[in-house]
Amino acid sequence: MVEGILSGLNGLIAGFLNLHWSNPVMMAIGCLLLYLGIKKDFEPLLLVPIGFGCIIVNIPLAGLMEKEGFLRTIYDAGVITELFPLFIFIGIGAMTDFTPVLENPYTFLLGAAGQFGIFLTLLLALALGFKYNEAVTIGIIGACDGPTVIYVASQYAQSLLGPCSVAAYSYMSLVPVLQPPIMKMLTTKKERETIMKTHKRTVSKTTKLLFPIVITIVGGLIAPKGLPLLATIMLGNLMRESGVVERLTKASQNEIANIVTLLLGISIGATMDGKVFVQPTTIIVLALGLIAICLDTVCGVLFGKILYLITGGKINPLIGAAGISAFPMSARVVQKEGQKYNKKNYLLMHAMGANAGGQVGSVMAAAVMLSVLKGMGVI
Amino acid sequence: MMDRWTFGLTMLVVGMGGTLLTLMLLSVIMALLKKVFPYNPDEEKKD
Repeated sequence: MVEGILSGLNGLIAGFLNLHWSNPVMMAIGCLLLYLGIKKDFEPLLLVPIGFGCIIVNIPLAGLMEKEGFLRTIYDAGVITELFPLFIFIGIGAMTDFTPVLENPYTFLLGAAGQFGIFLTLLLALALGFKYNEAVTIGIIGACDGPTVIYVASQYAQSLLGPCSVAAYSYMSLVPVLQPPIMKMLTTKKERETIMKTHKRTVSKTTKLLFPIVITIVGGLIAPKGLPLLATIMLGNLMRESGVVERLTKASQNEIANIVTLLLGISIGATMDGKVFVQPTTIIVLALGLIAICLDTVCGVLFGKILYLITGGKINPLIGAAGISAFPMSARVVQKEGQKYNKKNYLLMHAMGANAGGQVGSVMAAAVMLSVLKGMGVI
Repeated sequence: MMDRWTFGLTMLVVGMGGTLLTLMLLSVIMALLKKVFPYNPDEEKKD
């Protein structure tokens, strides 16, 4: 009987006995992510499930990520199959109003300039010895677009899925902190004070309807490997603009996006097992991700400066910083910074155009990158 | 298989160039669409 009691007690302390030193470290990181999400409001929709997933996957013997474990089942069903990021994209498309970019189609170019960080970071990752597919995945953090990062990582570098996703979502939430100093450093006071003309609503409903269809066909033909990304975001937008499938649009914006965000978040957290995650590689990936997003801002603002020169000072270079995918956070940062230097400056609509361009630009950059890799025989 | 630098530079040139050209093309198409289907306040009200 005593032996039975001892065995029973042994079962109760087995979790503690099997704790690897990295598990408490990761639990602390999970708690930090929860703190950032709950107390600091940094992307709480993602950081709360990621943080919690990170904590529970580091409890030994629960087998959550072993075959038939509940997190493994969710992960295999939605992340490995790439379905979760694509469902999220339908929701993003259904939530995004592309009118600002259609009002000023040139802002598409700011959205392209904002993707430069992807390719420069790819070069850095290669220089640091990462394999081709890993370097591509790290570079994609510069898309500043969580679902795109997850989509690419789940296909080409699953070992980096955790650090890349955490980097993408954390830095996206840090855009209001990261961008202003770079914007200030690269522009003169005169440039920052530039007032841009506000324009009237000039986009017809037909153009708004044709936009997702044309983007899907042209973009898909140029970069077929990225069509799932492009097609899902544009399907969401077509549903929104058509106005005839309100139930589907609302479901995509709310129920589908919410359920998938929860499952995606907890699945990403589940990849953060201490034995795999606590490695020098993770720190390097996080550092490169930060560099990628800063480089995006640098290149966006520099491109804005070029437009400022070409147009004879009609375009405020600050809007170049919004050419990334962090929508609409980045546009709000530009508006706030613009007003800081000139109270009469209303850059929001222009910045929203660049930001919507950045949304399409990040997807297009990933699509082009995948198609180039396919063409080169790397994937 | 090409070396790392050739790969990286190819990705930079073709990848970034491809992204820029694609978005440039899309912006031209969008500008054309706006010309072909101009905004008409009266028609928008009917919808």
